[in-house]
Amino acid sequence: MTDLVFNISLMLPEVFLVLSALILLLLGAFGGRKMTSTVNLAAIVVLVVAAGLVLYKIPDEGSKELFAGALKLDYLAVFGKFIALLATAFSLLLAYGYLKTENRLSPEFAILYLFAALGMMIMVSANDLLSLYIGVEMQSLALYVLAASNRDSLRSSESGLKYFVLGALSSGLLLYGASLIYGFSGATRFDGIYEVVANGGSIGLMIGIVFLLCGLAFKVSAAPFHMWTPDVYEGAPTPVTAFFSVAPKIAAIILIARILFEPFLAMIADWQQVIIAISVLSLTVGYLGAIQQKNIKRLMAYSSIANMGYAMIALATGTISGMSGLLFFMVLYLISTLGVFACILAMRRSEGMVEQIEDLAGLSRTKPALALALTILLFSVAGVPPAAGFFGKYFIFVAAVDANLTWLAIYGAVASVVGAFVYLRLVKIIWFDEPAVEFVPVKFSQGAVVALSAVLMLPGAIWLLPALMEWSQTVAASLFLVNG
Amino acid sequence: MSDLPYLLSLTTFTPVIGALLLLLFKAFARADDKGIVERNAPAVALVTSLFTFALSILVLIEFNPADPGFQLVEDVSWFAGFHYRMGVDGISILLVLLTTFLMPLCFIASMGVIKKRVTEYMIAFLVLETLMIGVFCSLDIVMFYVFFEAGLIPMYLIIGIWGGDNRVYASFKFFLYTLLGSLLMLIAIITMISIAGTSNIVELLAFDFDPGLQIWLWLAFFASFAVKLPMWPVHTWLPDAHVQAPTAGSVVLAGVLLKMGGYGFIRFSLPMFPIASQTFAPMVLGLSVIAIIYTSLVAFRQTDMKKLIAYSSVAHMGFVTMGLFAMNFIGLQGAMFQMLSHGIISAALFLIVGVIYDRIHTREIAAYGGLVHRMPIYAAIFMLFTMANVGLPATSGFIGEILTLVGVFQVNTWVAFGATTGIILSAIYSLNLYREVIFGEMVNEKLVGITDVTKKEIIMFAPLVVATLVMGLMPALVTDITGPAVEALIERIDAGLALAAPIGGAGD
Repeated sequence: MTDLVFNISLMLPEVFLVLSALILLLLGAFGGRKMTSTVNLAAIVVLVVAAGLVLYKIPDEGSKELFAGALKLDYLAVFGKFIALLATAFSLLLAYGYLKTENRLSPEFAILYLFAALGMMIMVSANDLLSLYIGVEMQSLALYVLAASNRDSLRSSESGLKYFVLGALSSGLLLYGASLIYGFSGATRFDGIYEVVANGGSIGLMIGIVFLLCGLAFKVSAAPFHMWTPDVYEGAPTPVTAFFSVAPKIAAIILIARILFEPFLAMIADWQQVIIAISVLSLTVGYLGAIQQKNIKRLMAYSSIANMGYAMIALATGTISGMSGLLFFMVLYLISTLGVFACILAMRRSEGMVEQIEDLAGLSRTKPALALALTILLFSVAGVPPAAGFFGKYFIFVAAVDANLTWLAIYGAVASVVGAFVYLRLVKIIWFDEPAVEFVPVKFSQGAVVALSAVLMLPGAIWLLPALMEWSQTVAASLFLVNG
Repeated sequence: MSDLPYLLSLTTFTPVIGALLLLLFKAFARADDKGIVERNAPAVALVTSLFTFALSILVLIEFNPADPGFQLVEDVSWFAGFHYRMGVDGISILLVLLTTFLMPLCFIASMGVIKKRVTEYMIAFLVLETLMIGVFCSLDIVMFYVFFEAGLIPMYLIIGIWGGDNRVYASFKFFLYTLLGSLLMLIAIITMISIAGTSNIVELLAFDFDPGLQIWLWLAFFASFAVKLPMWPVHTWLPDAHVQAPTAGSVVLAGVLLKMGGYGFIRFSLPMFPIASQTFAPMVLGLSVIAIIYTSLVAFRQTDMKKLIAYSSVAHMGFVTMGLFAMNFIGLQGAMFQMLSHGIISAALFLIVGVIYDRIHTREIAAYGGLVHRMPIYAAIFMLFTMANVGLPATSGFIGEILTLVGVFQVNTWVAFGATTGIILSAIYSLNLYREVIFGEMVNEKLVGITDVTKKEIIMFAPLVVATLVMGLMPALVTDITGPAVEALIERIDAGLALAAPIGGAGD
């Protein structure tokens, strides 16, 4: 009994999130329309407080198994929860401003964000195939609904349905892989699987991990499991797209990293080729696909596919520097992507939202500050120095070279020239072209997110990068320490 | 003296401080004051660049030419092995000076000429100045890379926003061409850091890389610097960029940005990979000769003045690579001299084209003729720099060419022979250009009302005229500063080659 209390006390952030979500749900259901705004704002506060609680509940011994090993609270979990919660909070802030302008604000929106965040928290702390599946599904179900949340829009419904059907397929793959792994190792807990793998894997385990990876690659939208991404990104309401492209990505990437680096590290020779193939495909498909996009949300979808290719390079190394490079890269990617989406949300004319990249024409004349910030963010996503995004890619290349994957680093470097073309096209439209119709004034929430991310990506990088790197290294080191 | 501890950083970042000031002025000016900001932006930029020039003179005063090592070194640790390291030696200090010398002239040239988005224009140039100085002062290889590549962004914007009709194509070509080369270099840099365990350029200079690996590293660096320099056959981005860029953009491009390629060779490729450099030297010498002869012929056929000078730049940079890969003292000295000399002469030539372009708005050679009747002073200035471009004794162009030729003559007579032919060709296209534009009948009616150079333009050309002549008459001013550093470099190359000789016999 005391054990259970102890476990729950370590789960304080999750417990807080669930209770708050339920209370807010009741408030939203019975409070009527006047509570709508309160519920949304309260949800943002809840997310930020939960993120604070996550930091407060770091276990002293570095790693602690909860609920008989179903979950694990270690540095990696803390890192993932903190980042995912903050990303969700900022996405919800953007969504709040957007929905208010669109007059579509409703309480369930915020509740779904909270439950998705809960799913992510379980994902990043999963230590068992079952809790892994529960986390993934909990997150995904909330996301399916969010994608279709604009009930009056055909595209949004289509996007939700498409996401759901393909998501179900990927869950099937995931489950199939999980059952194979269980069948061949006799364990669902990661440490049990670790022992079997360490004593020499088997062909069944190999097929199992490949299926598992396929299912998870779907969640991070890595090629060849990316087909849903452009359509869902385009169809879903823009703030939801922003959310999709940040928080679930970090949670799923951390989940993949944990599976590969904890139980399956000994089988690196088997899964490394799979990850490399996914990486090369993602880089190719992502950037080549992005070249011809006219819709900026579709462009960002392809951009996120390509960026997952870089994350996969880091995963393929299977080393401690690869792990720290991965976390470092993901956070920088996340900040700049969130900033870009805040800019996309600011693309609003008096008659409504626009999302063609041509609509950005001459932004540097009509909205110079926004244009400058967006330019910094785009160069950051492209990985051109001195923007912080460059250092994200840099450490991934370093890890790849150290792991004797130099050719993969070269491929990534060449791919980013194609990527540079994609982002330069946007910069060209913003700076070189004659101004189009002016956008309405930027809302405070969007402006704040844009300014914050742009400042973090260029001048703030001087302080952000060292702190972030130190944290990433600590997390990566602790992950490998446990493994021995 | 130690009373100015962060002199190099101050020199490097003063322009960016000026740019930030302009940005703040622009951001916080009231709507009806925007015009005032736009009018005064050139003056702010000019004062900033003059101040930077004064600081770089201070650097030169503090600098001890007899010491071949790095001086005024700054070192601040950042994170994960990154260091902020600055320092200059005899090779880099004059390139810094060249940069700070040319920038005020760019701002003078832009005054009254740039009519749209003046403040942004000045900001872009000031940021570019910081990045260029940073490239030459970096003593950390990653920092070098950051400055090297970041310089693409302002230049991309300068060509794209203030360029000619086909500016989008030119700006994309410029950016992507250069980026592809740089990224290969980045992977090589990472490999070097991984093996040597340091990103400190001073330590890397002393590190001996495995001969087999040197080949690959050299090729990766070559991919970047050959594009930047540019060498034939990867020079095609340069004429496009020059033709589309505004005058000041061309000046910076020809005057400083191209020198980064040469600087890269002399700072990294030669001393860090001496064995590979020697292996590939025949190839580079061959490419240099092709560049000199081929682009001179191409230059002769141009109808656009800027394109002609752009091709002439490629030819003259061919002398730089030729001198560098002669890999002897006199060749390297000549290459250094040629870089500085070409920086001044090509800058002057682009400014000269800018003067008549601002009046008539065409760069077609055929549209001009007989300017000597209306613009005698202009004709005299043009004459001087045409002669300098040809390499007439008493101008700096002569010293650079003769030194590189002497250097390469010791290595390969045929290469020297080919390059000398190139000098004759350069006389043909330069004098032809001069004849077409300055002499002959004044056919074009628009030219009748053309006026001679203004006071502003005389102020702009005067320093360039002085610099060309002083360097031509007293070359020791330059060679004394570069000498000790070049000597140390040769020693380093020889040591690197000696190390390999007993193993592979590559040194014979």
